[in-house]
Amino acid sequence: MTSLPLATSFLQAENFIYVLYIVAFALFIQGLRGLSGPTTAVRGNRIAAVGMAIAVVATLLIPSEGNWGLIALGIALGTAVGIPAARNVKMTAMPQMVALFNGVGGGAVALISWVEFRHYGSTYGSLAIPLTNQPVLGDTFHPAIPTYVAIFSVFAAIVGSISFWGSNIAFGKLQEVIPGRPISFGSAQQAVNLVLLILALAAGIDLVAGAHSELLFVGMLVVAALLGNAVVLPIGGADMPVVISLLNAFTGLSAAATGMALNNPALIVAGMIVGASGTILTNLMATAMNRSIPAIVAGGFGGGGAVAGAQGAGEHAGTVRSTSAADAAIQLAYASHVVVVPGYGMAVAQAQHAVRELAIELEKRGVDVKYAIHPVAGRMPGHMNVLLAEADVPYDQLKEMDEINPDFQRTDVSLVIGANDVTNPAAKNTPSSPIYGMPILEVADSRSVIVIKRSMNPGFAGIENELYFDPKTAMLFGDAKSAVAEITAELGQL
Amino acid sequence: MLASVLTTNLAILVLAGFIGFVVISKVPNTLHTPLMSGTNAIHGIVLLGGLLLLGFSGLDGLSKALLVIAVAFGTINVVGGFLVTDRMLDMFKSRPKPAKPAEQPAEEQRAEPKDEPGTGEGA
Repeated sequence: MTSLPLATSFLQAENFIYVLYIVAFALFIQGLRGLSGPTTAVRGNRIAAVGMAIAVVATLLIPSEGNWGLIALGIALGTAVGIPAARNVKMTAMPQMVALFNGVGGGAVALISWVEFRHYGSTYGSLAIPLTNQPVLGDTFHPAIPTYVAIFSVFAAIVGSISFWGSNIAFGKLQEVIPGRPISFGSAQQAVNLVLLILALAAGIDLVAGAHSELLFVGMLVVAALLGNAVVLPIGGADMPVVISLLNAFTGLSAAATGMALNNPALIVAGMIVGASGTILTNLMATAMNRSIPAIVAGGFGGGGAVAGAQGAGEHAGTVRSTSAADAAIQLAYASHVVVVPGYGMAVAQAQHAVRELAIELEKRGVDVKYAIHPVAGRMPGHMNVLLAEADVPYDQLKEMDEINPDFQRTDVSLVIGANDVTNPAAKNTPSSPIYGMPILEVADSRSVIVIKRSMNPGFAGIENELYFDPKTAMLFGDAKSAVAEITAELGQL
Repeated sequence: MLASVLTTNLAILVLAGFIGFVVISKVPNTLHTPLMSGTNAIHGIVLLGGLLLLGFSGLDGLSKALLVIAVAFGTINVVGGFLVTDRMLDMFKSRPKPAKPAEQPAEEQRAEPKDEPGTGEGA
């Protein structure tokens, strides 16, 4: 713009900017490679952040770039909100935070598509120029743009809007602003979702075909928004890891589509990698719950599970043995192998530090302590690992399900803290159970079990847990944090 | 043969997808939460879309307002995402002496976790 002409001509050359984009996405990939191990992960994240900075600078160098005041305003607003939010969020609130950040990303995609439509949507539907002539970078679009640009732009708008609203609902549920229990239209739910999806697609096709109506575009965004609400509202809290991963994939794919529409390689690569990542995680989570992704998105798990659970409750007329913190302390002190099984209850009670203190106390007495982490324990992938890492638990003590399951037979005491469905033997033994077939932590194999739980209320799936009626199981009722702290205090007096 | 912009970009899209699958498959379960928030930050790259469009001439007031919101959203996504991932990953580093992460620059100072009584439990 007004800077030195010589420097400008070099730095603002199209190829130079393109090279910066290539450097940026190479850094993203290199950064993500760093996430393959805890020791390299911090650096990996920072490498990716450097890539992002380069991509932003490259974009600002584009000669047609303008409206500097507005750019500064947008970035200042985003920074003012983003930094305090990221700094102050508690580790237990991480799922909400991720949902929220994901949502704003999706929202940005939808808004960008809207402006694209306002800017050159009037030419959608006219195949006036050959594809080879599509200009690169900046405001040099021809009077008519290729149809594929319109398709990607409309796709980004729909998916971005679904992702924005879906993520906000997920945030609301995790933050308990909205009830975590499934909210749905009952049997009409799937029909409603289908109608909304068809409406959104029909509007999209109409727009691509050349319906130059902004009202229709906004209507499409609204229908997609309703769809985002309708899909996530019926999903129960326990299915949240799948939903968050899926929405993450959606936002990534919509960003890639925006990149296709804007002919921006950094957006394409970054969006696609996030799409791949979200897809992998969604699959992993769904597998770990033995549920198909369509079944989760179609909803109804919580409702159906509660009915079956009620039947299951009748079958288990057995008695539940409750114990005290003092007895639990004795049991743990004389054990040689203890496995801690954390769940969402540990997260909501913020009990991770108390758990760590208990483990330290036990280790002083020569007890071997390990942690068994179910892939879907908590509300997002890897939720328990983050909390225990926060409490300084060495990560080599955290064992994944397949690794720890054979060890339960040699375990003297399994200490289950706020975990429920992931320990339920019904998943193995009761074909009629809604969770039948879900891989579980084989806690019932250990010599004895202590379950810390607030009450006998079933978990989010609404299913009675046979484990609690097992004669070798003792229940310690109470808030996870205070119960664990009491055990630690009792241990100190032994 | 002329490769069009579309086919070139499609090639980039497909290759990026495969690279994504390969790279992400190597991430252990332990790091799935940081992976999510890290990739979250990366899709904040839509920020670039907002910046690009703000350079277009002939934007009216509504378009400008929408883009400012989009840029703000994208920035929240990027800045918040990377920062929160950094905070999280910092905890995974093995620390010989707990509560002595003094080697970090000032921007990584973590807020002390505030303990609050538990309110519920679940699966």
